[in-house]
Amino acid sequence: MTGRSTSGGALPDGTRLMGISSFADFLASSAPDQMPGAAQKLAGATPEIAPHGTTIVSATFDGGVVMAGDRRATMGNIIANRDMQKVYPSDEFSVVGIAGTAGLAIELVRLFQVELEHYEKIEGTELSIDGKANRLAALIRGNLGLAMQGLAVVPLFAGFDRVAERGRIFSYDVTGGRYEEHEYHSVGSGSVYARGALKKLFSPGMTEGDCVTAAIQALYDAADDDSATGGPDLTRRIFPVVYSVSADGHRRLDDAEVGAIADTVIGGRLQRPDGPQAPLG
Amino acid sequence: MTQPFYVSPEQIMKDRADFARKGIGRGRSVVVVQYADGIVFVAENPSQALHKVGEIYDRIAFAAVGRYNEFENLRIAGVRLADLRGYSYDRRDVTGRALANAYAQTLGTIFSAAGEKPYEVELFVGEVADEPEHDEIYRLTYDGSAADVDGFGVMGGQIEQVDAYLKDNYTPGLPLDAAIRLAVTALGRDTDPAREIASEQLEIGILSRARPQPRKFKRLTDAEVAAALS
Repeated sequence: MTGRSTSGGALPDGTRLMGISSFADFLASSAPDQMPGAAQKLAGATPEIAPHGTTIVSATFDGGVVMAGDRRATMGNIIANRDMQKVYPSDEFSVVGIAGTAGLAIELVRLFQVELEHYEKIEGTELSIDGKANRLAALIRGNLGLAMQGLAVVPLFAGFDRVAERGRIFSYDVTGGRYEEHEYHSVGSGSVYARGALKKLFSPGMTEGDCVTAAIQALYDAADDDSATGGPDLTRRIFPVVYSVSADGHRRLDDAEVGAIADTVIGGRLQRPDGPQAPLG
Repeated sequence: MTQPFYVSPEQIMKDRADFARKGIGRGRSVVVVQYADGIVFVAENPSQALHKVGEIYDRIAFAAVGRYNEFENLRIAGVRLADLRGYSYDRRDVTGRALANAYAQTLGTIFSAAGEKPYEVELFVGEVADEPEHDEIYRLTYDGSAADVDGFGVMGGQIEQVDAYLKDNYTPGLPLDAAIRLAVTALGRDTDPAREIASEQLEIGILSRARPQPRKFKRLTDAEVAAALS
């Protein structure tokens, strides 16, 4: 049992304090050693010592939002992992994608998932989507010290706003700055290329299927020009992780579904390697 | 100078137990019943906001009778303990047994602490498993004693009449609707003649292994409760 306990097996002291609905605040006061990024004041840490996750894209469609991430993690010039999951559900109506130092990012996502569920259980009601976005900003701010040493975590957050009844996207910087994005956004090393692709492929009020295709096209373009982003792996049948969030909650598209779309995208690229052409006028 | 009266330890404990029991007996009963797909908790509770039944973790839920502020305090502590454990280790490492033990220790300590009044609460902690025979229900009382519940249980209010009805009518492996009807009829047996409890007066939570999500707890809506009773 973790947490400070007065008598063997009883509820630890901190658990009976009232008025805190945040798991992260509770963790910071009761078991600070378990906070992500605790215990580290590394001298001269460099990004090469830990795997990095790369490109995440997200775009809205009519009735929700899609988020997709490539599967590659890199350590300098080494491919550290080729089937890493970088997009996770954070609760029933939201998903979070991570770019940056993989170890810290995964821990941050785990904390964020517990944070949202914890609030829901204690207060008996779900946080608003802005509330969720703000909590994530506070968690990222806690990692600022390590970010300054090159171990940054930059997530992308998207969810279905049950009041406004539409998908929404939020991006962050390493200092915890929170920015609402409209229509589409991308983060990570290949994000410049992915965003360029989405700029040409996105149209407001797309269907969910078109939105997923646009996201996979954008990831393909990112992998085309950024060595740290993994493209669809045809030999091993490893495809991007794609989540869709709508009024019915979140749903991970299964490998067969994503594989079929990836095959179509690759089929098109065999004809035209640079992808679909946008009209000039 | 007058000497303080000598009060024997037996008398002190008996007085404390009487005090706690009186507080618990004042409210309405809460019934727990094991059904085919899990565990159902049924409470008579006119309030929509102040719950007697709550989710603790993926497979664990809680029901309470007695003083609201005291059992709410225990519920929140249980959620924190479970979330901390699941975050530190893994979600599968959070067990109903550990939680019931923590509650028992805490209630026992408070009951025998000289400076504190005993908590006027009783709790059910239920944990649903993949197989019905591994479902677990614990009953925790104000003095920290813990007991296993087999099939059905009742606490708070007029226990004898409600328990007698459940004993005569409970059969293992009931479908959910039948289990709810059984529990609600039993709750109405606390007066003579028996009462009929309206569906909006009921608070019902289920732990169902049939739910595909990892979180097996669900609070039934008024419409779902009405449908189960009709």
